[in-house]
Amino acid sequence: MPGDLAIKTENLWRIYTVQGKRREPRKEVIALRDVNLEIPRGELFGLLGPNGAGKTTLIKILTTLLAPTSGRAWVAGFDVVHESHKIRPLINMVSGGETSGYGLLTVRENLWMFAQFYGIPSSEANRRIEELLRRVGLAEWMHAKVSQLSTGMRQKMNVVRGFLTEPEILFLDEPTLGLDVNAARQIRQLIKEWLAEHPNRTILLTTHYMQEADELCDRVAIIDQGRIVACDSPAALKQRLQREAIFELDITYPNDLAPRSLEAISGVRRALVSETDTGAKLDLVLEEESVLAEVIHVLSTHSIQVRRLTKREPTLEDVFVELVGRPFDEE
Amino acid sequence: MSLWSWWVAHLMKSKARGWKLFLKTVIARAYPRVIAQQREKSWIFFDVFLPMLAVSAYVFIYRAIGAPEDYVGFVVLGGAMTAFWLNVLWSMSTQFYWEKETGNLSLFIMAPAPKMAILLGMALGGMVATSLRAGTIIIVGSFLFRVRYSVFNPPLLAVVFILTLVALYGLGMMNASLFLLWGREAWHLASLAQEPIYLLSGFYFPIKSLGFWVAVLASLIPLTLGLDAMRQLLFPSGSALGFLNVYLEVAGLAVLSVIFLAAARFLLNYMERKAISEGRLLEIQR
Repeated sequence: MPGDLAIKTENLWRIYTVQGKRREPRKEVIALRDVNLEIPRGELFGLLGPNGAGKTTLIKILTTLLAPTSGRAWVAGFDVVHESHKIRPLINMVSGGETSGYGLLTVRENLWMFAQFYGIPSSEANRRIEELLRRVGLAEWMHAKVSQLSTGMRQKMNVVRGFLTEPEILFLDEPTLGLDVNAARQIRQLIKEWLAEHPNRTILLTTHYMQEADELCDRVAIIDQGRIVACDSPAALKQRLQREAIFELDITYPNDLAPRSLEAISGVRRALVSETDTGAKLDLVLEEESVLAEVIHVLSTHSIQVRRLTKREPTLEDVFVELVGRPFDEE
Repeated sequence: MSLWSWWVAHLMKSKARGWKLFLKTVIARAYPRVIAQQREKSWIFFDVFLPMLAVSAYVFIYRAIGAPEDYVGFVVLGGAMTAFWLNVLWSMSTQFYWEKETGNLSLFIMAPAPKMAILLGMALGGMVATSLRAGTIIIVGSFLFRVRYSVFNPPLLAVVFILTLVALYGLGMMNASLFLLWGREAWHLASLAQEPIYLLSGFYFPIKSLGFWVAVLASLIPLTLGLDAMRQLLFPSGSALGFLNVYLEVAGLAVLSVIFLAAARFLLNYMERKAISEGRLLEIQR
């Protein structure tokens, strides 16, 4: 593996064997299918996919917690199966919604304990803890018991735990999951600052928040059903849809209109209808703008009123739908 | 920056490795048990008051039937050692199950810290925290029931006590490694083991009463030999009611310590590899 790569995977597969219901034979679930990735040092790489796409499985393999069924993976140049002891001092991981630590310990004590597992001298650990807690706005809670923290505060503490050991490669698995807007923003800010201060460090971020991936990542891999379906910079991925016209329409509830009848119109590449509180939202991807007139005509023949029409730039969600053929939140 | 100050700064920041990392890990993992567990004052009720009720019941029975007064001391000592057994069962053997549930286990495995140091830290912390509880039971029980001790050989008593704890927590470490793969089954097994060991280890009566071969079998549990040896060294009638010669029991405890600790080390490595291969370290089982 070349020295400038932080992470590399080669034909990586992970298959779980799960027990079905009683008397049913065990069945196999493919979590990862032939995953090939190369992530250079210093990159913030995003792994984007819906729940169950295989993001966490890939992270568990790269953090030496899970063995691949076949294929190989290297982290910092070391094989995840045979050289895990060389990888572990160089990495750390934070998962969204994790409840690690001990409720009876204070925030500082918990973080100090995990720092000791990495051999960090106590004085240095305490200095870093204070600094990182200040940066995520948790300094006032340093001496509070972990059991007294809210979910958001606890997640901030976990994020601090990840950065505390100054890993060469940091794995962030849905780090802002379930956080309020402010807390999520503080964490994203810390991620950006940390990478700016340590340009040679690498972060692998998994998320199903498209905007987060768009804002933070240098490159993004879209993963679905265990397969990497695309891998490029967010701008390049969106560029694929740039030549198409994307519209978002607020419409009255479409009782007898199936999206397929809209997709039958020549020039309509995709039509997605989703319910809203006041009616429905229609997402349209058209080959050219002129097709819109025909779409509106069809809507009016079904007595559907258009309340608002917006033309917008493509998002990563549009890219996902284009590649996978279904909306992001539809598993 | 002078060479000296650079070296000091480097030393302050450099990460420990080898035996230093091992020691740091032991202390760090023992910390939550030694310090934090005392913050929850409910332990006085659950770990001292409730066990004292069982001790009291046996004391009243022995006094009602006119048993020798040393039996009261046997019961108080047994009650104190119960605290260690419960700690080994619920806070050692099943600990990795709880760590898996909270998400700590994957962080422990992923850290560069030696896993054996994490287990040892758990055991050491448990020993210290439980000694406080056991000591309280001894003091309160001895005061309430006016127990009289005749310590014949204090250094040997200390050796027996320490070896008993080492062997007992070695058993706990071995079980913890064994249960690394399991989920709720570990919890059920611990439930299943709790009461029979009270009987087999003679917590409230001399083990000799069970007969030689049952006592030999029960000696696989370190508490059996430890309790018997301590009773022989603490009470005048202890040696008459003792199962084996104290020195033989010390040798037995030493052998058990070595076997359990070696087995814990082997099983921990084996189970870690197996759990990683089968994907059973993950909090969410697939």
